[in-house]
Amino acid sequence: MIRKAVRYVDTRTGTAPFLRKALRYVFPDHWSFLLGEVALYAFIVLVATGVYLTFFFVDSREDVVYHGSYAPLQGQHMSEAYRSVLDISTTVKAGLLIRQTHHWAANVFLAAVILHLFRVFFTGAYRKPRDLTWLIGVTMLMLALLEAYVGYSMVDDLMSGMGLVIGYAVGLSIPFVGANVMGWLFHGPFPGGAVLIPRLYIAHVLLFPILIAVLLTVHLVLVALRHHSQFRGRRQTERTVIGIPLFPGQTPRSLGLLFAVTGVLFLLGGLVQINPIWLWGPFHTYISTNGAQPDWYLGWLIGGLRLMPGFDVTIGHYTLIPGPFWGGALFPMVVFGFLYFWPYVERKLAGDVAFHNLLDRPRDNPLRTGVGVGMVTWIFLVFVAGSSDRVQVLFDLSYTGQIWFYRVAVLVVPVVTGFVAAWVCRQLVRGEQVELERRRAETEGRLELASRLDQA
Amino acid sequence: MRRLVVILLLLALPGVATAANGKQVYGRYCVMCHGPNGVGNSNPNAVVGGGPARDVGIEPGIGPSLRNVGARAADFYLRTGYMPLKRTGLQPRRSRLLLSSGQIDALITYVASLGDGPPVPRPQPEQGTLSEGQHLFASNCAGCHQIMARGGYVTHAVPPPLGQASATEIAEAVRIGPYVMPRFSTRQISNSQLDSLIRYVQWTQHPDDRGGLSLWRIGPVPEGLVTWFFGAAALVAVCLVIGRRLHE
Amino acid sequence: MSRARDALLAGLVLLLGRRREPPRPDAHLLPPVPKQPRAETAAIALLFVAALCAAAFPVVYFVDAIPAKTQYLGLSIGLALLFLAAALIVAAESVIPTEELAHAYPPDEHQEDEEYVAGLVEESGKGFTRRGLFKLGLFSAGGALGVAALIPAVSFGPLGVKEFYGTSWRKGRRLVDENDVPLRAADIHEKALYTAFPEGADKEEQGSAVVVVRLPQASLTLSGRVEGYDADGIVAYSKLCTHAGCAISLYRAPLFAPDEPLPALVCPCHYSTFDPSDGGSVTFGPAGRRLPMLPLSVDGKGELRARGNFDDSVGPSWWGVRERRPSP
Repeated sequence: MIRKAVRYVDTRTGTAPFLRKALRYVFPDHWSFLLGEVALYAFIVLVATGVYLTFFFVDSREDVVYHGSYAPLQGQHMSEAYRSVLDISTTVKAGLLIRQTHHWAANVFLAAVILHLFRVFFTGAYRKPRDLTWLIGVTMLMLALLEAYVGYSMVDDLMSGMGLVIGYAVGLSIPFVGANVMGWLFHGPFPGGAVLIPRLYIAHVLLFPILIAVLLTVHLVLVALRHHSQFRGRRQTERTVIGIPLFPGQTPRSLGLLFAVTGVLFLLGGLVQINPIWLWGPFHTYISTNGAQPDWYLGWLIGGLRLMPGFDVTIGHYTLIPGPFWGGALFPMVVFGFLYFWPYVERKLAGDVAFHNLLDRPRDNPLRTGVGVGMVTWIFLVFVAGSSDRVQVLFDLSYTGQIWFYRVAVLVVPVVTGFVAAWVCRQLVRGEQVELERRRAETEGRLELASRLDQA
Repeated sequence: MRRLVVILLLLALPGVATAANGKQVYGRYCVMCHGPNGVGNSNPNAVVGGGPARDVGIEPGIGPSLRNVGARAADFYLRTGYMPLKRTGLQPRRSRLLLSSGQIDALITYVASLGDGPPVPRPQPEQGTLSEGQHLFASNCAGCHQIMARGGYVTHAVPPPLGQASATEIAEAVRIGPYVMPRFSTRQISNSQLDSLIRYVQWTQHPDDRGGLSLWRIGPVPEGLVTWFFGAAALVAVCLVIGRRLHE
Repeated sequence: MSRARDALLAGLVLLLGRRREPPRPDAHLLPPVPKQPRAETAAIALLFVAALCAAAFPVVYFVDAIPAKTQYLGLSIGLALLFLAAALIVAAESVIPTEELAHAYPPDEHQEDEEYVAGLVEESGKGFTRRGLFKLGLFSAGGALGVAALIPAVSFGPLGVKEFYGTSWRKGRRLVDENDVPLRAADIHEKALYTAFPEGADKEEQGSAVVVVRLPQASLTLSGRVEGYDADGIVAYSKLCTHAGCAISLYRAPLFAPDEPLPALVCPCHYSTFDPSDGGSVTFGPAGRRLPMLPLSVDGKGELRARGNFDDSVGPSWWGVRERRPSP
């Protein structure tokens, strides 16, 4: 049976030699190498659930009066888009399960991407020959953020409408061209034309997913062509990769991980409410709700917008830089700029243009680890600042006080944590050297003792 | 012991909620800020009275006039525990009641007797429509109280969550506008609309949780926490099981 | 007839071919695995539990008597997947052989092949005598075609910003509420917040909604170009925050002014705070511009009317936000 199948494939495609090689492809098996796989599987769940949702979503801002089964919005004006998502959440059997799983998958996808990015950064896996893989990865992260943002913006509920106008304002704040670009994309000033929701929709279900899928493929092919990197070991060298083969070793494990990811996401989707748009109600430009927040992966941007003191840079009547630019546009540009250019900056700083198949441990490179920890602290503080209104509500800590605290903290704390991290790295390495010398001395001592005993 | 005596006394005297009794309570807890006979006190230097209330940590200060505020305002501030306020300048918050129910009744009667104020409203939320209430709440209240009435923030003030608010308290607050809350006239929100609004607020405490466990219905912050501390954590654990660790 | 013969021949060849197949190797491809019957049993059991959970899915879906569909559906499919995952992982750890392999990394570079490829491309251009000009032509054609391909995208929307300055407010236009009922000055009380729209206009338009509040006339400090914009203490501001465009639906209105925060209009997105008595100036938060103010008047019937357009552009700031005032 198996032989028949293999023969069928080989005779039709002639790929048996290739399969023979591919099945024995070696995976170094450190657990942290699986984080990217988690992201990949979450993406698969996103595509599968997303396709299902497209069969019900109506991409229209046409004003309709709701007469469905959900009493609290009975008779209210809303867009067709919002009504269709309301229907998915209320009347379509299993619709809500799929919708919530889709949303949880997005949240977990980006969490996995970030963890994967941390792993790659702090081990120096982005060095030659894998710098291209890194650049593609960073680009995918940016696309994923946009993809997620347009995804929840097109639903047109109260929260998403507020998120959309904030994104619009950030776009508007781009010097010289902001208003032109946003007016062009939205078809006029906010709330834009009737074409806006169809545009968001096609971007969400076609444009960005295809871009991500193509880059994902290139990303994976590049990984396979250059093989996985690995940590240094007794047998692991720059020339030899040690690990378990794709088949049979890795396959059941990866499938297990795939089903674990899918299972966790469906459990979350079924048991834990996420973005209950039926509770938020429809959006109108003239209403808003307190405590509106973006999903977690955009929390750093709302933090940036809230932390920045209010001023527009003006020259006479010309507004050179409107306020939202700093926190909403410049901040992410700096972060992504750092991600794009760091491999080359590091190469210059360290004068290191060699091939690296072996990874560093974070402690092996105090400069990189220090800079990385500083950056992470910086972004994390701004991120936390974004939820200070909720902290005020829950713990009664003054919002204005918190904002001023963070305004100072984001400038000071990253520098401190960066230096502390670098210092810890050096101490760890020094500790290891001491331990190594102690052992060597011990062994030498033992040998000497033995030889003396021999002589005696 | 003294409290017990007071309670026994109150039980023994069913007709205790008189303006006269109220005036006594007023003299003890309220007069230092609201002035004699509820005339109010806007001058921080002219502090009136201030005797026994200091035992429970109430400082004398300034306070608005209570003339013509009526039973409605007295009922609201006392039953929510907004008053007595510890000291001037604080935002009144829902708190444990300092006064007994008998004392509150007496005080309400007394404050009502200070002028020609409105009575305690009698809303009928069961006659309202949920959808109308949702729309009114979204248009008028959600900006401060959050669309699911979970409370929010306004620069230098904290609009409270409405989970514990009774129908009467909501009806009172809408008309009074306690602390920095705007007030709404019957032209803005009619009494029947108010019934709908209250019905909606009550519904927000037990809404349609068709999606499973609700995360306090305050949006993405708790969702992010679940993403990381449940979703991502569980999957990292699976990775740890599948993948070997370094230096094994 | 000949077809049958062909078929027979083909069958024979196949048969012979099969006979010629190499005998199954006695040498094992994979290292031996110690038999672990208990782990195997566990994996099999997990698979059947997974099947059971998954089988519950259609039951929950079709039986209408089951409440809380989302939860039970999620539970069944989620658990089914998790049990399947567990079965595979148990099998992978204990039953399926897992060997450690060593492979050589691919060589860093293949200089000979690089040389060949580069040489090939170089030589392909040997026939050209004016290579530079040809390249220029290529770039011109490519560039021009690229630009031409992008041109249709211009139709997406207006590239100019004229629309950003316009609003539906005109001199004499009445202020109406959400139900199109005109606002009467006498109905506007202090410590109350009203949302109004230009009569007959699209309410969703960004320049439409205004907030209307009444303040003690003595407390107003309207100066500069908003001087006299109030109508007997009633002031109106654009409802869109000048920072990020959210609706300003928060009105901080003190009941007892001496010891409570001053009146303020606040945006719930980033808590930009504006002073309604001072022409909407910013007192806290990230907004970089005060709120645009709408001049008001009261007509003979006591109804509120606009006396013109806003004094400044509405909505979030952009490069030209201060260059022109909204057309009156």
